[in-house]
Amino acid sequence: MKKLLALILSLAMILCLVACGKSATGEKTAVNPDLKVGVILVGDENEGYTFAHIDGIKKAAKELGIKDDQIIWKYSIGEDQTCYDAAAELVDSGCKYVFSNSYGHQSYIEQAAKDFPNVTFVAMTGDTAAKSGLNNFCNAFTNVYESRYVSGVVAGMKLAELIKDNKLASNNFDAKKNVKLGYVGAYPYSEVVSGYTAFYLGVKSIVPNVVMDVTYTNSWFNITAEGEAAKSLIAGGCVIIGQHADSTGAPAAIQAINKTGKPCYSVGYNVDMLSVAPDAALTSATNNWAVYYTYALGAAVKGEKIAQNWSKGYAEGAVAITKLGSSCADGTQKKVDEVIKAIKDGTLHVFDTSTWTAGGKTLTSYTKSYGFEGNELIKDGYFHESELRSAPAFDIRIDGITELN
Amino acid sequence: MSNKVLNQEPLLRITKRDGMPKLRAWGIRGIAVILSLIVSAAVIFLIVKMNPLKVYATMVSGAFGSSRKSWITVRDTMMLLCVGIALAPAFKMKFWNIGAEGQILVGGVATAACMIYLQSLPTWLLFVVIILASIAAGALWALLPALFKAKYNTNETLFTLMMNYVAIQLTSYFVALWENPYGSNTVGIINKATNRGWFPSIFGKQYLLNVIIVAVLAVGMYIYLKKSKHGYEITVVGDSENTARYAGISVKKVIIRTMLISGAICGISGFLAVSGASHTISASTAGGRGFTAIIVAWLAKFNTITMFVISLLLVFLEKGANAIASMYHLNDYASKMITGIILFFILGSEFFINYKLIVRAKENKEGK
Repeated sequence: MKKLLALILSLAMILCLVACGKSATGEKTAVNPDLKVGVILVGDENEGYTFAHIDGIKKAAKELGIKDDQIIWKYSIGEDQTCYDAAAELVDSGCKYVFSNSYGHQSYIEQAAKDFPNVTFVAMTGDTAAKSGLNNFCNAFTNVYESRYVSGVVAGMKLAELIKDNKLASNNFDAKKNVKLGYVGAYPYSEVVSGYTAFYLGVKSIVPNVVMDVTYTNSWFNITAEGEAAKSLIAGGCVIIGQHADSTGAPAAIQAINKTGKPCYSVGYNVDMLSVAPDAALTSATNNWAVYYTYALGAAVKGEKIAQNWSKGYAEGAVAITKLGSSCADGTQKKVDEVIKAIKDGTLHVFDTSTWTAGGKTLTSYTKSYGFEGNELIKDGYFHESELRSAPAFDIRIDGITELN
Repeated sequence: MSNKVLNQEPLLRITKRDGMPKLRAWGIRGIAVILSLIVSAAVIFLIVKMNPLKVYATMVSGAFGSSRKSWITVRDTMMLLCVGIALAPAFKMKFWNIGAEGQILVGGVATAACMIYLQSLPTWLLFVVIILASIAAGALWALLPALFKAKYNTNETLFTLMMNYVAIQLTSYFVALWENPYGSNTVGIINKATNRGWFPSIFGKQYLLNVIIVAVLAVGMYIYLKKSKHGYEITVVGDSENTARYAGISVKKVIIRTMLISGAICGISGFLAVSGASHTISASTAGGRGFTAIIVAWLAKFNTITMFVISLLLVFLEKGANAIASMYHLNDYASKMITGIILFFILGSEFFINYKLIVRAKENKEGK
């Protein structure tokens, strides 16, 4: 009897093992141990933007079962010849897929794609793959304008609260009684223009009478310049400062002024800014790169082709805003959830032409986006962002926003 | 009592050495390198708990692990050496040319301008124009401080340093003018499709031409400084301007002529950086080499052949540091610490070569 029981039990265990094994291999494609992936990073894990990419790749690798030694990392690679050198070395080491994370790497990655046609290269946040004529050269981005819009909604809720509580001073308004917002941008081109316009429209959806001043720092990462830009915007009367630059310079500077009792707040980018601005930071718009890397590395594991232009947003979970700061107005979370739901189900379009004007007019047609001249981008009452290529294409300067430099 | 203390010899005295046999000097340098490797090993072990030998092996493979890596190391060595060659005559003359960075940049800008605007020229003519333009640009950037030094005895350290900032701003202006794609604030790779103005491969080696150009310059400068009358005049002016005047050497002429040569070779470095390596231009094209090359020139005592060894060492350390960062996920500051330790020891060894430490003898009788 005992023997029989032992036999049945051990049979059951074997069956269970087989069953478990089956379900594990059934879901995933086994990873070819020879698969090697190269990653070229502009910084290292100490820099928020690069950290987000490292984090995304690690999550994707874990999910797909790619081992640590199958990924070769190249840290702190400049946007110059060293990028091409790094790409070529990765190819020499046997990488069949190479990712670079900075916009400035793109030119060198494209050159490498031309020189090594058997390797797939992805220049993240780049914009020239669509026109390169190379089928092993890809770009990927997220619809970060969606999360910027939502971060604008958070700022708008705060602004509405400040107005209601009569907290604003006279210099916070322009001559036409519009409340002033500020924005610290990196460079004056479509990626940044698309971002600040989305942020502005998000605020405007809550508080209709707003204007915004934009200051460019001409650098992606410059703590001092971003801090100074934020200070001068606040000195000029701006209440909430958004940003499209990678450092914590602006939120830290805003926190210092906030401490003096002046109402001023920060909306960050990439990472949660609460650690440097516990009182001033409202939220940050972020990308969830793991969604893309899981897709792209998944394609690599299966040996499928990676899409040449990939850009997804809230619907796929590729963008988000960080945890709301303690200074956020009551009811913000509820409003945010509503807006996200509307973006997901397609009832809300960020660049809905009924919500903004350019040169005093509502646009019904736009065919002058840089690099895509001749393509109609306004259809069905909204600007079709990130559809022709993954990188943002919205470069219309709309009414209410002033570029200061 | 107090008198006694005052009369006492200090515990340590430093005196200048009259000179040290070459072999012994190199021996001291060798010991310094070995000591620095031991200290670095201790640091690696204590801070990151890794086998130092493995780390050193990674450094070597980072610089020479494949033929491509070796060539990149050679290319960067040649680039640094070229700037060192440019600085040698100026520093030998005791003219503190801190402006190599700017002289390289304007040479690079001139090269890029030719590549962009003169694409239609035949290849040989394009190269002739590029070389002349980059030499002229670099020489001009060096001529200005030299003229002021010769005429008004202005401080050349400050003047050349400030010329760097002018060059950086000028470069930024042209980057904005030539940016591609629009708004990216980078020029991107110039003539991507046609490769016009790019160094051709020689015997299938992409960077062989860089090596040839710099080797010719190195040998030429060696002969110029050691064997020519000009070289002798530079030495005399550097040692004592009064002696030079007494000997009938026109100091002004020597200063201007030498700086023209120095700037011209920096211009060629800019040409190598743009045409021979990066095929683009940005404010970081010179990459700090204008300053690193000062270490190269000084350590080598202006001997261009020794300069090659030192350039190679510095580039090797840089590539090695990057390899460690990539392989062990160390922040590159950790690997730069190793570079710092090694440089510290090498520079420190020069002290022991030039000076003698005398320790007070223990049995020193009072009042003798």
